[in-house]
Amino acid sequence: MALLEIASLAKSFRREPVLADISLRANAGEIVVVFGPSGTGKTVLLRLIAGLEEPTSGQIAIDNRDMADVPPEQRGVGMAFQNFALFPHMTAFENIASPLRALNGNGGVTAGVGKVAKLLKIDHVLGHAPRELSNGQKQRTSLARALAASPKILLLDDPLRNVDAKLRFEMRLELPKLLRQSGSAVLYVTQDYKEAMALADRIAVLLGGAFEQVAAPEEIYNAPHSLAVARLFGDPAINVAEGRIETAADGVRLALADAALPIDPAFRVHAGRTVTAGIRPEAVVIARDGGPLSAVVEAVTPLNERTVLLLKAASGWEFLASLPSSGEAIPEAGGRVHAGIRPAGLHLFDRESGRRLAVNGREG
Amino acid sequence: MDHTSPLEKTLRGIAIALVLTFFLFPIFWIVLMSLQTNATILRMPPSLVFEPTLANYRALLTGTLETTAGNLDIAFMRNLGNSVILSLSAVALSLLLGVPAAYAFARFRFRLGENIAFTLLSFRFAPPLLVLLPLSLYFKHLGLTDTYIGLVWVYQLICLPLILWIVRGYFEDISPDIEHAYRLAGYGWWQTFRRIAVPLARPGIAAAGLLAFIFAWNNFVFALILASADKQPVTVGALAFVTASGIQYGQIAAAIVLSVTPTLLLALYAQRYLVEGLSLGAVKG
Repeated sequence: MALLEIASLAKSFRREPVLADISLRANAGEIVVVFGPSGTGKTVLLRLIAGLEEPTSGQIAIDNRDMADVPPEQRGVGMAFQNFALFPHMTAFENIASPLRALNGNGGVTAGVGKVAKLLKIDHVLGHAPRELSNGQKQRTSLARALAASPKILLLDDPLRNVDAKLRFEMRLELPKLLRQSGSAVLYVTQDYKEAMALADRIAVLLGGAFEQVAAPEEIYNAPHSLAVARLFGDPAINVAEGRIETAADGVRLALADAALPIDPAFRVHAGRTVTAGIRPEAVVIARDGGPLSAVVEAVTPLNERTVLLLKAASGWEFLASLPSSGEAIPEAGGRVHAGIRPAGLHLFDRESGRRLAVNGREG
Repeated sequence: MDHTSPLEKTLRGIAIALVLTFFLFPIFWIVLMSLQTNATILRMPPSLVFEPTLANYRALLTGTLETTAGNLDIAFMRNLGNSVILSLSAVALSLLLGVPAAYAFARFRFRLGENIAFTLLSFRFAPPLLVLLPLSLYFKHLGLTDTYIGLVWVYQLICLPLILWIVRGYFEDISPDIEHAYRLAGYGWWQTFRRIAVPLARPGIAAAGLLAFIFAWNNFVFALILASADKQPVTVGALAFVTASGIQYGQIAAAIVLSVTPTLLLALYAQRYLVEGLSLGAVKG
């Protein structure tokens, strides 16, 4: 049985719907990342679960108990806030101790705080007031406070938002182990897709007040349910163009920008349709012996271990290609290339709804 | 970096000196007057040279005023005591009522909330004389005339709006997330109010309490109408120095010095609360 169960939850502020029909289950020890651009109601969802807001409709159950009339302090929820929200007039120790004291008086407080502080490597600053802590230490203190009483549900509201890049990377490495150890069901909010991919067992993509897709990170990336989801994951972002599915003697093709790209024969059922194609920049290959898509290199720029090319097809369509820098020779700006597309990185969506095209009765 | 030229510094110094002289001169003059007899105060032309005497203070502390027309009892020390009792109880009651109310106005949206808050503030706009006549009739009816309780009650008109509106602002400045975090740590709203909201708003509460105290202390007209001699504060008691044999300027000055001193000391002491930024560094952004 799931530790957290949310059923058709909705929330409006002054009749302005923020969340509509949210359903989600999370098990003990599972990390579910709630991902979405800002303003989609991710924080509102956490606050509803914590009991800081009342839902307009729908149910939240924690450990099989309906939470409708349960005040925040009795829900067994720990939460780390984006702005840390440390108690400024208490030391780091007292901050972390507060949930322990509420739970079982003063017994075992020192040991409890020591344990979680050591785990988060802040045992040397426990005597400091929040204003004497660095941002990283504040963030760890707020995490420690959320974890201290081993809550059933752990809500983390973009906890790495306000820390610098180095620390964010460190925490991204440490957090999965730490969170799994806690045994809580973890809901982690972020708007950084890399963070989501690194931490999640499952990612719930929140768009327009509802979950667009809830799935494992690989599935979200490799089989996005919709164009909107595909656009959110990946750097550089996915290329988008319109194309037509056509049948040829030796298979099915996607006619796109003066080229005919071979695609899965299963798409035969959609022959004749004009669709929206999403092409991952990593799926573009620059072939020496000629690919179907002829283009001019407009610009070349390095991105980490890869090189990103801005290409312009003869039809005027501009698209990005991301190539490994160490691989074959990178073409120079102004040069003419022949590009091919790896089928795994080519996604087809319905032109109107933006949904992934279904083949064989299932979604692609 | 300080980019001011020496000339600018000098001019600024002179300007500050002028302002200070303007505002502090009355206090300085009162202190001088309190150390003189009526005769030296009233001589023409006035002079800074005189033989200081503590007779005025002696008269106030012993409670007998020696005039040419004979000895007169004055209740100055009693008035001073009344001022302390009235102001302290009024501020204490105001804090007790006003701080929770301020919290409610800061944190919760409820029907007519803004209207109630504004009505309370509007008590500060109305001239006291407007309410005094009906109030004195009511008080006579209720038997509250000439009681400490009645005066402390009326003083709420002065103290409560001040405390409510100043403290409300401080509560609004505290990030609600800090309180939410405490709720989620397992504490009810009352404990959150007591252990998080009130301690964090303490500088504001201290400032508001101090201001309310000064306003209550300085009040004149309520006590003049609603209380008789043995319940009246110093502000009203000072009228006793206007005697049949003339106005006792020396004693008035001494009385002012004695009655201003407590508020002055309190203000100096509480200054550090007023500038303390407790919330700094706790919340980012």
